[in-house]
Amino acid sequence: MDPLKDSARAIARDVNARTTSAAEVAEALIPHVERVDAQLGAYLELTPGLMRERARAVDARVAAGEQLPLAGVPVAIKDNMCLMGTRTTAGSKILETFVAPYTATAVQRLLDAGALPIGKTNLDEFAMGSSGENSALGLTRNPYDLDRVPGGSSAGSASAVGGFEATLSLGSDTGGSIREPAAFCNVVGFKPTYGRVSRYGLIAFASSLDQIGPFARSVEDAALVYDVIAGKDPLDATSVDREVEPAAGALREDLRGVRVGVVKEFGLGDLDAASRAVYEAAYADLVRLGAELVDVTLPTAEYGLATYYLIAPAECSSNLARFDGVRYGLRVDGADVGEMYERTRAAGFGPEVKRRILIGTYALSSGYYDAYYLKAQKARTRIAEDFARAFERCDVIVSPAASSPAFRFNAKSDPVTMYLMDYYTIPGSLAGLPSLSVPCGAALPEDGTRPMPMGLQMTTPLFTERALLGYAHAYERATMHAEKLTPIVILSPPPVIPSPTTVILSLSKDDQR
Amino acid sequence: MTAPYWEAVIGIECHVELKTVSKMFCGCPNEFGGEPNTKVCPVCLALPGALPVPNAMAIEYMLRAGLAFGATIPPHSKFDRKNYFYPDMPKNYQISQFDMPLTQGGVVRYWLEDGTRGECRLTRIHLEEDTGKSTHASADGRLAGATSSLIDFNRAGVPLMECVGEPDIRSADEAVAFLETLARTFRELGVSDVKMEEGSLRCDANVSIRKRGATELGTKAEIKNMNSFRSVRRAIASEIARQIEVVEGGGRVIQETRGWDEAAGVTHSQRSKEEAHDYRYFPDPDLVPIDVTADVVERVRATLTETPYERYARYVDTLGVDSKRATQLVDDAALAAWFDRAVAASDGKAQAVVAFVLGDLARLANESGTPLAAGKVTPEALAELVALTSSSAINSKAAKQIVETLWSEGGSAKAIVEREGLAQVSDRGAVEAIVDEVLAANPKVVADYKAGKTNVMGFLTGAVMKASRGKANPSLAQELLKEKLAAR
Ligand SMILES: [Zn+2]
Repeated sequence: MDPLKDSARAIARDVNARTTSAAEVAEALIPHVERVDAQLGAYLELTPGLMRERARAVDARVAAGEQLPLAGVPVAIKDNMCLMGTRTTAGSKILETFVAPYTATAVQRLLDAGALPIGKTNLDEFAMGSSGENSALGLTRNPYDLDRVPGGSSAGSASAVGGFEATLSLGSDTGGSIREPAAFCNVVGFKPTYGRVSRYGLIAFASSLDQIGPFARSVEDAALVYDVIAGKDPLDATSVDREVEPAAGALREDLRGVRVGVVKEFGLGDLDAASRAVYEAAYADLVRLGAELVDVTLPTAEYGLATYYLIAPAECSSNLARFDGVRYGLRVDGADVGEMYERTRAAGFGPEVKRRILIGTYALSSGYYDAYYLKAQKARTRIAEDFARAFERCDVIVSPAASSPAFRFNAKSDPVTMYLMDYYTIPGSLAGLPSLSVPCGAALPEDGTRPMPMGLQMTTPLFTERALLGYAHAYERATMHAEKLTPIVILSPPPVIPSPTTVILSLSKDDQR
Repeated sequence: MTAPYWEAVIGIECHVELKTVSKMFCGCPNEFGGEPNTKVCPVCLALPGALPVPNAMAIEYMLRAGLAFGATIPPHSKFDRKNYFYPDMPKNYQISQFDMPLTQGGVVRYWLEDGTRGECRLTRIHLEEDTGKSTHASADGRLAGATSSLIDFNRAGVPLMECVGEPDIRSADEAVAFLETLARTFRELGVSDVKMEEGSLRCDANVSIRKRGATELGTKAEIKNMNSFRSVRRAIASEIARQIEVVEGGGRVIQETRGWDEAAGVTHSQRSKEEAHDYRYFPDPDLVPIDVTADVVERVRATLTETPYERYARYVDTLGVDSKRATQLVDDAALAAWFDRAVAASDGKAQAVVAFVLGDLARLANESGTPLAAGKVTPEALAELVALTSSSAINSKAAKQIVETLWSEGGSAKAIVEREGLAQVSDRGAVEAIVDEVLAANPKVVADYKAGKTNVMGFLTGAVMKASRGKANPSLAQELLKEKLAAR
């Protein structure tokens, strides 16, 4: 067994069987992560003390006869989720020193299930971004090419799992913040139906869109996390009181009889040739597995981006009002309270956050509300209706997860170009649908030297997570794309071999672990 | 003070803290006072990631309040965010209700001290959350020369209902009567303590004037910071007078917010309409819409009983109780309930019952600190006593004694009469014998009487009562005394 590479399921099985202990897992992980993260920068803070403490607690519970679904499984937490006693920054200067006095429900459920928290991962400030570059507190790299972005906003959570610094992680997805970085980092990223997972303790970006979900190196591990974190939470009024059918262990192996919708408006024509080839091959694999491809249409999907960039900023302009220097976080004093607010927020928020607060404040202003916010809400309803109609003809909709593979740092300085990265993910977010990205191959970018991973997005009707995970699992087991790539940060088995002093680059895409 | 030419038009908006166990959107206790910042949690402090969960009891209280005034309960309602920055408002937005309040319409019927009655339509009652409280302090902790503010968030998130009245009120006295009726009703419904001094009732008044008989509204000023019914009365009266003076002086009233200065007895300008906020209301995405089914409305409606106004009207119109005494009864729901039982037991002798209830019994309750309803006297015992008095079976002196005994021991009035031998002696022969004895024993007083000092009659009556150990029928005693004296 190798706790650095093993699946969550395998680690939990071994810890529950007491063939290894949570403490051993923790001791293997801690030095490894400290070493690797110097290159990846996935974490804003490591929590070895807490990890060891939880490991002891897990071992005691297992010794007392409990079987825990995530016994001893190392997890990373996106730093917009509260974990009591840890800094919880949302990647922002305004919360740089904020220590959470409570724990988010989803995080607590992971801990209760036996998971070991490795640390808090980097993100675009307040989860606003598609590359990770908007973090005010650190730079996270793509584990498959250190010169490229890991994607965003759940940059560190994707990078940590893709780079074998965590077995699992939690991210949050508002318009694609789990799915896009998952595609970039060669991992599975899963956003459940809006309301399936409690948002209590998740620092809000856009409340009506935000949803917590897992990153994992396999669909089955993602399902394992989903089974643990999904379900009604009395602390979140928008969490849905609806039975969660356990998904892990009940995932299908083929796609016989499954109608796969290919969206006319999500054609592959805009992609470069290499990317297009990857998706054409992926669609062909679906057919090979027994699926029937069906053409569907989402006529209003083209308004997704515009709709999203009114609703999300409007909600964020209000959600971020609480960061005012009065009760916690950064305070820059001024002559009076008004000046204190202005100075604090000017110094505390980065440019993208300010841009969205301004857009949102404008959209909600008296006289503009009907033209912008209300119209966007109507468009949102239409988009959801389009999906509902499309699902009359198919069981699952597939598309690229992102408009391109991971790009180089600073490649997209224009905000709108960056917003376009989420072209495929945003419509499903607006409709609240369960959606995931599963690795589907790699393409050599025009400006690159090695193939970069890509993700296939799958989206299903509301509350059909188990079916969705099943389709993804069948595809994943038949193609095994994730395992064809090796992250640049080579894994070193602990602890007998001295750690390498230089980063060893991966050899080729044929290199098999 | 309103010149006959001018008419005041007043609309009241008031905020009432609901008496729920916990706050509106979190589990913190909803209690007045306490050490600063001890009744707080991540939600009411607006810590990052915290989310509101609505308090169902607060919503039910709203329905009770609305239905008590005949409001309509729309089937769909929602919470909105009212966005503005203020240091004692943790989220920098207040969760409130913008265009879909929990209750719409309704009428508040009220009465004034002199017994005249009026009514004011309600626009709506909506639910929102309270803010914290700021205290300004200087470096040495004193208020003078304050350089910083201290904030106590214990009150932040306490459920608050905002009652918005239509501009149907025409005088300061009516405004107070309207508020008093709201307060009585909310208190009796159990939805609020309505203590102005603790800030659980806060009110603003929109005041304008117009020529009597005009239909269009004048420009209004909004008066804030009125902390008692007395200050509401004074502030509105003062504002009406000010506006009349402005207009009669050739000026114009401007639309503005004016604060009430209790010490100076005047309102002063706080901010004009131009500085008004754009609150950027939008539906709160952290909360789901509220659906109130007809079943729920009917279930709540079924719990409602007679309102204070209805009770007042019944006492005055049906029982013939005067307005002042009816008000006294209505102001104490437990007392009124006790009174109603006694009236029922006494076959509707409300006048006699109210005389005891607000007379000797009120005095005894006051002296002992035990409310009547919690004491030993039963409504049935009082009804017996009333019957004994009205049939002249006992005299008023005995009645007083019986009340005292009932108060300290309880039991039946009849039993006390028998045990203590308090039955009034109305037998002519028996009283005559005593009268003869008294006259014989007081020859000098008799002589005085004959000499024209008729005021000694009181002394002689007293002597007869004393000799009869208080049991003689006093009017019979007087009658016989006069007869006998005249015969001498
Ligand atoms: Zn609280």
